[in-house]
Amino acid sequence: MSIEIRDLRKAFGPKIVLSGVSLEVRDGETLAVIGSSGVGKSVLLKTIVGLLTPDAGTVVVDGREVRTLGREELYELRRRVGYVFQFAALFDSMTVFDNVAMGLRRMRLPPEQVADRVEEALDRVELLGYGDRLPAELSGGQRKRVGLARAVAFRPKYLLYDEPTTGLDPVTTTVIDTLIRKMSSDLGVTSVVITHDMTSAYRVAGRIAMLFEGRIRFIGTPDEIRAAADPVVRGFVEGRPDLMQGVA
Amino acid sequence: MQRTLTAPLAWVGRSATDVAASFGRFGSFSLRVARGGRDLGTWGGLLATQMARLGVQSLPIALFVAAFTGIVLALQASYTFTGAVPLYFVGVLVQKTMILELGPVLTGLALAGRVGANIAAEIGTMKVTEQVDALETLAYDPFAYLAVPRIVAGIIMFPVVVVFADAIGVLGGWITAVSLLDLSTPEFVRGLQLFFKPFDVQFSLIKAASFGLTVTSVGCFFGFGTTGGAEAVGRSTTEAVVAGSMAILVLDAFWAAALLR
Repeated sequence: MSIEIRDLRKAFGPKIVLSGVSLEVRDGETLAVIGSSGVGKSVLLKTIVGLLTPDAGTVVVDGREVRTLGREELYELRRRVGYVFQFAALFDSMTVFDNVAMGLRRMRLPPEQVADRVEEALDRVELLGYGDRLPAELSGGQRKRVGLARAVAFRPKYLLYDEPTTGLDPVTTTVIDTLIRKMSSDLGVTSVVITHDMTSAYRVAGRIAMLFEGRIRFIGTPDEIRAAADPVVRGFVEGRPDLMQGVA
Repeated sequence: MQRTLTAPLAWVGRSATDVAASFGRFGSFSLRVARGGRDLGTWGGLLATQMARLGVQSLPIALFVAAFTGIVLALQASYTFTGAVPLYFVGVLVQKTMILELGPVLTGLALAGRVGANIAAEIGTMKVTEQVDALETLAYDPFAYLAVPRIVAGIIMFPVVVVFADAIGVLGGWITAVSLLDLSTPEFVRGLQLFFKPFDVQFSLIKAASFGLTVTSVGCFFGFGTTGGAEAVGRSTTEAVVAGSMAILVLDAFWAAALLR
């Protein structure tokens, strides 16, 4: 298993967000994690790269338990994990080029190699020629594509997407979904996509896991989730809260 | 009745806990900044930019404040001394007050507003828009990248700004003395030299460096502590200015007690 999560628990003060999540992400697959807003999907993703420390449980990435890693080891791991943020999290004061180049410069690559890699990454997201622009000059979809370019510029082994299509129109959503599939096939990366958009989940994922009340409620292929009898899963997939009410 | 008696005690307890927690958080922040300080490769290249932003761009406001302070000092000295004290003592008062007290303190307070607010708002915005997390995922230490260059720039540039402020304040006093008061340039200069000690300048620079450290650290601390949205950024900015200004006044008293007795 390339990413293995065991009995993960996380609370913020009195609010318990994750109460025993166990999940395995297989090499080369794209796994979508679905669930209602505020259920802890982003928290789960952030524990994978050590942005949040779990209260209990383990997260093993590439055979290394994240919580036990020292600072430098953690940075070394992060160079193998690309992270695409919900609202892109581009650095406002930097151009698109500099945003994509940030991580590469940290790797102390020579400037010409940085330029080549930035160009390659922008080409992958079909934004070649946008290097001189500032984030404020881009549309929402373009910003997310730059965020994706920044994540793949490392040539990572893993890609983590936090709500990549939130706030986008249906056409731009399709563009982003296509890019996610393209990254998976072209780069052979293992991907985890956090989303609450079922259309996107069906389009990009080989398997779908549903997070509900701090645990994984269901995991299976898109066909299996479509056929699920669990009222909670059906309620979410079909957008019918009446099915989910009163079920624990 | 019992509730009336216990409520104030509970408030005191909660306040004490909050203050202790704040000190704990600041201690943890300081440790992370100290650890970031070792990462010269990350912050070294950002220092010149921060020195320009924090220092050079702060000069206009600092010099504006200092010039008018010098003018007012000369006029107030003349008003106070009339008939009782020789008028060349205007130079003494302008020099001593500007260099020992008002140059560094007023500059510090002006920069607590400008620099402290700017730092808290910038880092706070980066925090709530996940740009700080993005730095982490790109294998940067956010404390080395954001806090250390700003704090080092503050320590270096506040004294530079204060030197200019001291000079402009004295210049403002001199221009006022020769143009509005019945005082010649040699008399004003005589007053300037009368009780001048080189240590006064050292004292002014020590205070300025400590203000630079404090204002930038407090700005970074509140910026990194921002959680929520735009309202939280506004709150952090206000808190940074208030805490920075209060810290300047406390430090001012501390340095006077430690070095002027």
